Amino acid sequence: MITIKNLHASVDGKEILKGINLDIKAGEIHAIMGPNGSGKSTLSSVLAGKDDYEVTEGEVQFNGKNLLDMDAEDRAREGLFLAFQYPVEIPGVSNINFLKTAVNEIREYHGLTPMEGKDFLAMVKEKQKLVELDGKLTNRSVNEGFSGGEKKRNEIFQMAMLNPKLAILDETDSGLDIDALKIVANGVNTLKTKDNAFVVITHYQRLLDYIVPDFVHILYKGKIVKSGGKELALELEAKGYDEVKAKFENQ
Amino acid sequence: MIAEKSHTAQYIIEKISPSAGKVAFMNDTVLSKALLFLEKNGMPSNKYEDYKYCNVDAILKKEFKNIEQKFNQQVSVDAFKIADTYTLVMLNGHFSSTLSDTISEKGLHLSALSNMPELAKTKLGSIANVESDAFIAMNTAFSADGLYIKIDKNTVLSKPIFILHITAALSECFVNSRVLIDLEEGASASIYEEQILIGESKAFTNYLSEKFIGRNAKLNTCLIQSQSQLGYSVNTSQVALQADAHYDNTTITLNGQLVRNNHNVELLGENAQAHLNGLFTANGTSLIDNHTLMDHRVPHCESNELYKGIINHKGIGVFNGKIFVRKDAQKTNAYQSSKNILLSDDATVNAKPQLEIYANDVKCSHGTSTGKIDENAMFYLNARGIGKESAKKMLLSSFAQEVILKIENPELQEKIDQAFTNQI
Repeated sequence: MITIKNLHASVDGKEILKGINLDIKAGEIHAIMGPNGSGKSTLSSVLAGKDDYEVTEGEVQFNGKNLLDMDAEDRAREGLFLAFQYPVEIPGVSNINFLKTAVNEIREYHGLTPMEGKDFLAMVKEKQKLVELDGKLTNRSVNEGFSGGEKKRNEIFQMAMLNPKLAILDETDSGLDIDALKIVANGVNTLKTKDNAFVVITHYQRLLDYIVPDFVHILYKGKIVKSGGKELALELEAKGYDEVKAKFENQ
Repeated sequence: MIAEKSHTAQYIIEKISPSAGKVAFMNDTVLSKALLFLEKNGMPSNKYEDYKYCNVDAILKKEFKNIEQKFNQQVSVDAFKIADTYTLVMLNGHFSSTLSDTISEKGLHLSALSNMPELAKTKLGSIANVESDAFIAMNTAFSADGLYIKIDKNTVLSKPIFILHITAALSECFVNSRVLIDLEEGASASIYEEQILIGESKAFTNYLSEKFIGRNAKLNTCLIQSQSQLGYSVNTSQVALQADAHYDNTTITLNGQLVRNNHNVELLGENAQAHLNGLFTANGTSLIDNHTLMDHRVPHCESNELYKGIINHKGIGVFNGKIFVRKDAQKTNAYQSSKNILLSDDATVNAKPQLEIYANDVKCSHGTSTGKIDENAMFYLNARGIGKESAKKMLLSSFAQEVILKIENPELQEKIDQAFTNQI
């Protein structure tokens, strides 16, 4: 699905990612954990194509294509999805209109005709049930006046609508109460197939009780310092990041 | 600033003044004052503080030779109509009864200014002071005709009125157009206006409206300016509110080579409220200039202003908002906000709040911001597969909605939303 090789990235001349290597196959869920400032959000932004970051070294292959050569919109059209840590509020643009534009621009990219209005609405109805998103919210402006939990559920709702090949969830669990967390996790588990993959970026192990990863990676100081199975998350939860910090401080 | 007599003054007096003094409906004293003012001061150049960014003199000097034109060609107005409104058509400043709807509604009086009731003539020029601005003077001296709308005491209009102002230019011309709106105590009305330009020539439109809003009366207005890049216009709206009166206006400027709007509101009775909103797009080399004056003369009044601009290419946007709180106008609430988005490096905006407060117990605030399209929002849309162009349109539309949503009529809102989307 995606192969990241020796990825280095800087912002304002400061190197944040210092050689990331990661290989993710279809049907897998990977968790990336790490303390604050380790580069978790930078990694997701770089993959999604945010302009603020400069890739100084390395390459990323996404389904055989050079991801780093593409604009953000083309990455999304190729099937990459980023669930934002801080979803942006866009007053005056309805969620529905926003999603319709997104769905149809992605379809156009793949040479498909725009979706029929009634099919689109049927899909909206079905997918919003998945994340228990109030129908009123889909008619409101994008994220405007949404609570923290509603914003995160809206991210998962968008993911369901766009049906990506690879979804990166950037700290989707931060600040969520347990009910909202379960809803988000249930959304992901329902959407998971053998043909797509998920990267769950999180600070806390708690989410991984509900979204069970195949692999866990620990990111520290811009590098993946340790990889393992789901038990690594439990280990991390028990011992905290201090041990990791101490061990890899000088690397 | 000391007035400096310009070439244009000379030009007006020599070339055009033969047609002046023929404004039969105008009070003689007002008319002679207007001519005297023009003769003495001429048209404002950019040496005048009020027209610093808006050099109308330079344009008037070289381009516009004829005042008013007869326009006898067929005009179709259907495409501009708004559902469930009375359409009235002004053609080069003349009220066209053939193109307008026939209206019979109790308490509503409509006529050309030239046919207005004798008693009402004292109102003409009573709030638009000919000695305050050359364009008011010019309009007073040269108006061919105009429209008179009066709404009787406690009459609530059953439908909004839509005035379509057509400037039809067969060759470069200068049109003076005028409307007087008079709402008696407790009357309530919505009056929408649109300015369009037809013909292949440049035209200068000098439009003046005087709005009298009586005690406890409510006037809701919207002006859509959709002249083409051939259009040059100065629009003065002079508004007087009595106690407990409400005035809401939204000015939407979609294009025009030069558009100067002077919106002057006098709050004359306690508990009056005025809201001015504006949205404009300046593309190419357009100059869009909104000057507002909120004159709080008495206590307990409220005013709000929200102006938003999107400036592209080499366009120029100007907002000058003057709030005047007189010594007696205690407990005034006056707010003003101007926000602009610049889409290119050559686009400029001059935003200037001007607060003059002589009372000591008031709440006044102003804010102005100018920036580019929000990059985080742009990335958010791109990350959902929405391309740069669509995303830009979405974000500009989002920016504009705050103003568009203030328009009460859904049909009008839709019309403006469409026109705006086509423009960005």
